[in-house]
Amino acid sequence: MTSMETRTAGKIGDSPLRPDGTLKVTGEFAYSSDLWHDDMCWGVTLRSPHPHARIRGIDVSAALAVPGVHAVLTHEDVPGLNRVGLEHLDQPALAEDVVRYQGEPVALVAADHPETARRAAKRIVVDYEELPALTDPRRALHDDVPQVQPGGNLVRELKIRRGDPAPTAPVVVALDFEVGMQDQAFLGPESGLAVPDGEGGLDLYVATQWLHVDQQQVCRVLDLPPERARLHLAGVGGAFGGREDLSIHVHACLLAMHTGKPVKMSYARDESFFGHVHRHPAWLRYEFGASQEGELVYAKADILFDGGAYASSTTAVVGNGGTLGLGPYNIPSVTVDARGVYTNNPPCGAMRGFGCVQAAFAHEALMDELADRVGVDRVEIRARNGMREGDLNITGQVIDSAAPVAELIRTVRDLPLPPEAQGERDIRDLPGGAANSTHGEGVVRGIGYAVTYKNVGFSEGFDDYSTARVRLEMTGGEPVATVHTAAAEVGQGLITVEQQICRTELGIERVVVHPKNTMVGSGGSTSASRQTYVTGGAVKAACEAVRASVLARAASALGATGPRLDGDKIVSASGEVLASLADVLGDEAVEETVEWHHRPTFPIDPETGQGIAHVQYAFSAHRAVVDVDVELGLVKVVALDTAQDVGKAINPDAVVGQIQGGSAQGMGLALMEEIVVTDGKVRNPSFTDYLIPTILDMPPMQVKVLEYADPHAPYGVRGVGEPPTISSGPAVAAAIRAATGKALRRVPVRPEHITL
Amino acid sequence: MRIELTVNGEHHEADDVWEGESLLYALRERLGLPGSKNACEQGECGSCTVYMDGVPVCSCLVAAGQAQGRDVTTVEGLAGDDGLDPVQQAFVDCGAVQCGFCTPGFLVSTHDLLARNPSPSDPEIREALAGNLCRCTGYEKILDAVRAAASAGAQA
Ligand code: FES
Ligand code: FES
Repeated sequence: MTSMETRTAGKIGDSPLRPDGTLKVTGEFAYSSDLWHDDMCWGVTLRSPHPHARIRGIDVSAALAVPGVHAVLTHEDVPGLNRVGLEHLDQPALAEDVVRYQGEPVALVAADHPETARRAAKRIVVDYEELPALTDPRRALHDDVPQVQPGGNLVRELKIRRGDPAPTAPVVVALDFEVGMQDQAFLGPESGLAVPDGEGGLDLYVATQWLHVDQQQVCRVLDLPPERARLHLAGVGGAFGGREDLSIHVHACLLAMHTGKPVKMSYARDESFFGHVHRHPAWLRYEFGASQEGELVYAKADILFDGGAYASSTTAVVGNGGTLGLGPYNIPSVTVDARGVYTNNPPCGAMRGFGCVQAAFAHEALMDELADRVGVDRVEIRARNGMREGDLNITGQVIDSAAPVAELIRTVRDLPLPPEAQGERDIRDLPGGAANSTHGEGVVRGIGYAVTYKNVGFSEGFDDYSTARVRLEMTGGEPVATVHTAAAEVGQGLITVEQQICRTELGIERVVVHPKNTMVGSGGSTSASRQTYVTGGAVKAACEAVRASVLARAASALGATGPRLDGDKIVSASGEVLASLADVLGDEAVEETVEWHHRPTFPIDPETGQGIAHVQYAFSAHRAVVDVDVELGLVKVVALDTAQDVGKAINPDAVVGQIQGGSAQGMGLALMEEIVVTDGKVRNPSFTDYLIPTILDMPPMQVKVLEYADPHAPYGVRGVGEPPTISSGPAVAAAIRAATGKALRRVPVRPEHITL
Repeated sequence: MRIELTVNGEHHEADDVWEGESLLYALRERLGLPGSKNACEQGECGSCTVYMDGVPVCSCLVAAGQAQGRDVTTVEGLAGDDGLDPVQQAFVDCGAVQCGFCTPGFLVSTHDLLARNPSPSDPEIREALAGNLCRCTGYEKILDAVRAAASAGAQA
């Protein structure tokens, strides 16, 4: 991957163009699936057709005999520990005696053409004995069900107990809610290239969200020290959580080590649906007690997440769903029980919004119900119960920066509404669109609201940090900074932000973004809306260290006290020019590497769930306007407007882009996106049958960005990427309820839920 | 089999092409032109869109053999000697590119739309681009880019 530079000036608060934009519009940007090497082979994966089976034997001889095949590997060929997993090492890199989900990797083939490899893989004979599968997570903790993992079917149970243990209230509302399994559906397939170095090590070029954790996992399975397995970020075609777990990484490396040849792997779309974890489906039972005026007195929630066959990040998803699952409200007494379980369904893990998305559908539906019951406006009831700065959340943590729930929800309410439908309408604007299923008859409009809050960064005591190396030198008579982090750019624009921070801190124009790899310390994960905060913090700190070292050099060379850097000049405390930066640097570079940690968080109490679990909270609100053809059950979202507090918009255009894209994904879950799993088998692993919103589905979106700086965060930033995915879906669901009068206790909402 | 075709104005040939290979695969893996993308390889996402004899097609659905003797233009062929095509420039300027995996397909589809209809209405833009999926942007900035490219074209 080439290093990138733009000359476009742009400090924090500006919106300079992304440095990779031109490469991406000319087709020159090298995504992980574009990589090519002389003499390379193609790797493919053979996967289990069964959700639960014992493997009695594997015969690879017929596959090996196919001309053009270079290697066929099974678990017996794994040199190190045959286990992977983000939080629990519970998944074999290649299945051993048991497969626990449909799609589990069993064997690998490398051949000189991908079709040769695919055909050879079909000739591997796996002798399976099918086992009874546990496919209903609601039965996972019963006595008489199959045990998916040796330690039992419980991944994590989280309890929160706060306030009155037996609260009562004059008004009580309750509901059950169900959320289907969503897919990240990033467009760039899982792919990469592993290149042996001829000295017993290798380089892996891969699309991922966290190079260093991948490196640890690769080294464990290959039994290599980290310096022998160097990881490089290849171009990433979107991520959204789906690239936190391994996909091709270990497999491509195993094949490369065995063949001694570069090996490329790239999943087709159907394999991608099996090749990464999904958003957990969830079953939620909620109860709110409130005063006659609609002020919350207590809340109870019981939340079940289906983790599928392997844990992935289920532990942390339960953590989020539990600690944040009652939404951004003040609630004196709280009982929450959240569980994540193993089943023989597809493994579930990280996806944008991470545990909060599922819960928000339930607490926002119940908030509307409470509003209607007590006769308070749906916006006002949120404003009335919403958190403010200084309030305690349900784990007893003080919200110690802005919590503008009331302002956000009132802001979206006050944005202009789309014009009322009247007269002859363009059928493309109606539910059903060009299918021409209505000209407006049977179409009813509804408006819905939702608010949310989401933790930013890693929580519950995780030491969450990032590393930045910044180098300043004269090149061609001009000062140039190079910023090197391992923090993954997945499309969100982190590389632009890194440049903006360097320009701001060092006062120079030219900033080169070094290719991302494991030759610098960990950048942490590109997830949890954390990179602008944490890697941004690291880049800022590294720039400050560079500046201090330049000034120390200037002070001793010039005998000046308290010199400052001003553009390419060194000036005295009173502003008089003492020297040029070029004079002070000469032909030496100043380079500093800084590891930057955010404020510590702490584990929560196992019995009460109380504690300082999270480092920062980000708030957003949505208003959705829908037209529903109530006869056919078809929905057209007419407007999806939002307000979000981002603390400080480092790059305002990119912030709006994140909010719009995140809103679309939330809307997708409310309306159409579901991996349908029956008896442990995925029924729709394709973009023909798994639908994501198209440009015809998306409405115009008004975005209102608030900037209430968080005094604890670099520049006051607040994570941006996830909140819009959380509050948009519940607002759409609420709007459909408003239009139809139906309860709609499940998403995605299907036509038959509206018409029957 | 052997195929010969013209891509971005240049003559190309490839040997030992397996009959099952798509035009997309041939472009990406045999002709060194990976700009056209492979997000689904089943005709659902539009990321592989190229012009074939002036008509936009999903190159994943065209067999490499069907491209024999044809004239293909890919995203790599949109820019001229004097820089980016106005459509490419508009996508950069408007922030319509995030991960960019959908971008090559959107560019070819937009280029075709504006050639047929230099000042499309919003519903016309949406209809023309309905076969191109984007997972990152929510499409708002893509609409901005298409409008900007249209007005740049109107001034040119
Ligand atoms: S790759 Fe051809 S339509 Fe998706
Ligand atoms: S920019 Fe990522 S898919 Fe469109």
